[in-house]
Formats: sequence, structure tokens, C-alpha cells
Amino acid sequence: MIVAEQKNLEEIMRMIAPYERVMILGCGTCMTVCNAGGERETSFLHGALRLAQSKSGEGTHSFSEYTVKRQCDYEFLEVLDDKIDDVDTILSLGCGIGVQAIAERFPDTPVLPGVNTAFMGMAKEWGIWDERCAACGECRLEETGGICPITRCTKGILNGPCAGTKNGKCEANTDMDCAWILIYNRLERLQQLEKMRRYYPPRNFLAVARPKRVITKANTEAGENNG
Amino acid sequence: MANSLFEEKLNSGEFLVTTEVGPPKGADIDEMVHHVDLLKDRVDAINVTDGQSSVMRFPSLGGCLLVKERGGEPIFQMTCRDRNRIALQADLLMAYSRGITNVLCLTGDSVDVGDTKEAKPVFDLDSVQLLKMIKTMESGMDIAGNELKGTPKFCIGASVHPEADFIEPQLIKFDKKVAAGAQFLQTQGIFNLASLRRFMQYASQFDVRILAGIIVLSSAGMARYMNKNVPGIMVPQSMIDELAGVEKGKGLQKGIEIAAEFIRTIKEENLCHGVHIMAVGNENIVPEILEAAQLVKVRRRTGKRSV
Repeated sequence: MIVAEQKNLEEIMRMIAPYERVMILGCGTCMTVCNAGGERETSFLHGALRLAQSKSGEGTHSFSEYTVKRQCDYEFLEVLDDKIDDVDTILSLGCGIGVQAIAERFPDTPVLPGVNTAFMGMAKEWGIWDERCAACGECRLEETGGICPITRCTKGILNGPCAGTKNGKCEANTDMDCAWILIYNRLERLQQLEKMRRYYPPRNFLAVARPKRVITKANTEAGENNG
Repeated sequence: MANSLFEEKLNSGEFLVTTEVGPPKGADIDEMVHHVDLLKDRVDAINVTDGQSSVMRFPSLGGCLLVKERGGEPIFQMTCRDRNRIALQADLLMAYSRGITNVLCLTGDSVDVGDTKEAKPVFDLDSVQLLKMIKTMESGMDIAGNELKGTPKFCIGASVHPEADFIEPQLIKFDKKVAAGAQFLQTQGIFNLASLRRFMQYASQFDVRILAGIIVLSSAGMARYMNKNVPGIMVPQSMIDELAGVEKGKGLQKGIEIAAEFIRTIKEENLCHGVHIMAVGNENIVPEILEAAQLVKVRRRTGKRSV
């Protein structure tokens, strides 16, 4: 899933300053799971903004809140059609994709990002999320025992560990595991160390040339084995 | 014919001594010039570091030009941290055209350990891929398969970490570096003869020259700092205690003694093919170490490279 962190209140207040009627818009998918912008966080932020406004004695914002199932698809944004004329801005707690979907869907309404989208990852334990995929466009997890060196090695190198690894940790951040030590241990366990002994050529960055587009190869004609 | 004077010496079988100079943080190169002049005739080659520890400095290639101008034999340390494959190749062509033909291929430290932590880390290639790319260039093509007008030739090396706390993955990397064409390997700073002996038992099966990396410690504090902050450095506690035991101001002298003793043993036991002395900010003391290690000799300065 996509993982994000809510921006701090100060930055959010600075962003909304020019707008009177602010709709805080949560997202029911990834942002709910990572506690950055689901229904609960939307409600908390709503309360925090009201409180901050009343304490400061400044600001004449009126706030509303709503959470859609998913911000990154037009079909889930339709429910906003009859509300959009009553707001001056949407403060989106969706990821960067959600924010942009709203900008595209509602061309006359300014949209503000309420979270910093961080990465694609998973929960390590409650409240801690770790990055797992860098969307490199050429998945090589078969070669590395299911552990991604592009994402989990600070240098993203492909031919084994650098000399900075110590106690199985990374030179850049000793809280983080060295991806190549994890890969070595995993391949050894699977008796596939020969995969680590292979030479891996430089990455093909054409695979991540931006902006990217994926066009499905699945057959979308009805009845043609499209699952 | 050899691609450099240093390559000739690598193949000669003599015990080699290299050292390194760290370029300045700034445009004043007087001290570096002084160090180069002091060292160029006392060692077989001088490495110039490439933004060591990810600290922004005067460039390695510029330092190598200087070594060349002053009549020394430079080893161009090249990391993959700051340049993509296009820029790396361009700098290699530049280096070759100016007679800088020894290249030490390094992945480079993480940007996070340096003084410009917000910079974009590049790492388009890793050290093994850099070695391979140079071999490709030597075949007359760039990495994209385009023909080069004029083919460069280099003597290439890389680094190895015999004191890693988990050695097997490092040895796999070492194998790959040798297979990719590394002719010489400089070890990370090494402090324990037993690990060097163990590593050499393994490395001696390959046709590659090994230079033991010697870091000259100047105090117990420096040793502790390096253990904590410098990737790949592991000074044993016994050595830290030894440095801590001397009276104030005598730390560097102790460090010189330790380094010289270490080098002498390596040479006497014929443990590896030479040493690479890293005096980290104390380049002035390298002659003293060489003297204490009984390694003073007049360096041969003839030799031709094939162009």
C-alpha cells in the first residue's frame, strides 16, 4: 500500500489561509490503513483546525469533512459533485495520486495536499511502516530472494553489499537492515546463493522514464477469457 | 605493454607502497601541492580521494592532474555516488587523455554520512558495474554500445573489506570485482593481521594484487570516532587502549609506530603485495612511517604506457 504522513498543523494552516470554506477530504483506502488520512484522521484534523482557529482568535474559516472510498478514481469522486460548489478549497488527505485526481476532476477548485506521500510499503508492526517497493518497472525479486535491493539498500546497488554494512545494518541508518545481508541469508536458506554470484548489469532507467504509462495487455472484450 | 607505470609495478612482483591525498575543502590547493611533492617520489602511486565520506571537496580528477603535473603517479579514485554513467565515462576519457590511467573503482559512501545530506544520491552504477564499464570502453565502445573515437586503456582496481563482521557476502563481491577485471584490490583500513592472513588465504587463488589498507590513527578518540562514523572501519579495542595509554600529545607518534610495525610484519611475512597508507589529514607523516617501516627506497620513475 501507499504510506504517507500527515503534514504538521502549521503548514496546513498556512496553506488554507487564503480560503474561507475548507473541505477536509479523507481517503478510505491506503491513507486509512497507514493512519494518515482516513475517516478518523479527517475528523481529528477537523477538530484540531477548529480549535487552532478559535484559540488564535484569527481566521474565519468554515470547515466541513468527508471521506470517500478512494480519491484516486473518478467514480469515487462523483459524490462530491453536489458539494463542490459550496467549498473554496479541498484539503485532501489522500496520497499524491488522490490530490491530482481531484485537481483533474474538479478543475475550478483548488486542492491542497494534507499529507506527505512517502512510499509503497507495509506495516512492520503497529504504527511503523517500512518501504518495500520503488516501482522500478523491472521487478528482479526472483534474483534476490524476494528482498528488493533497489528499495532497501540506501544505494540501490545490485551486486552485493558495500563495505559500510555493520552488524547486519546499513551505514546510512543503523536502525535499518542491510538489504544485501538479508538477501544473502535468504538465498543461503533457499540454497540459491548462485543467484548472488551472478553479475547484474546496470539498471535500465528507460523502464522508469517519467511520466510512465501502463497499458493493459489483458483482453477487455467481454467473453474473451479476460477473467 | 603496460597501461601505466603503476601497472608495470603491479606485475613486477615488488612490494608496493601507495598512499593517498585528500583534496581541500575549497579552492586553496597549496597544502595538497605540498603533500604531493612530499610523497610523489617516496611511493609507487598516490590515490586522490573522491569526496571521501561524502564530503564535498576539490575533485579527485583535479587532484590527479596535479599529481601528474608534479611528476607523480596518480590513482584516480572514482565513486559512483555523484555521477551517472554518462558523466563517469566522460571523466574517464578526460583522465586518459591527460595520462591518468590508474582508476580505483568504488561505489562510494552513502550521501547520508557526509556534509551535504540533502543531495540526490546517484549510484547509477555500483563498483562492479564501473569496472565492467571501463573494460567495455577499453574494447572501443561506450556503455551504450556506441563506437568510441580513440580507445582508452586503464589499470583498474577496487576495494575489499577483509574485516567485515560478516565476510561471506563481501567475498562474493570480491569475486565479482576480480571477474569484472580488477587488477588490484585495496583493502579497507585493516587493523587485525589475523583477518588479513585469513583473507589472503582466500584471495591468493586469484590473479590479483592485494594492497593492505593502513589507516594511521592519531588518538583513541579518532579511533572511536571512526568506528562509529566511518563506514567499514573496525579498530579493535586493544588498539584503542594502546592509544589511550600514551601521554597527551603523543597519540600520533603511537599511531605511526603501530602502522609501521603492521607494515613491517606484512612485508616480512610476505602477506600481500603491498600496502596502501591512509594518513587521513596527516599526509605529512607518511615519510616517517615509511622510514619506521624500513620501506625507504628510491622509486623508479621511468616506464612508458601504451597510448
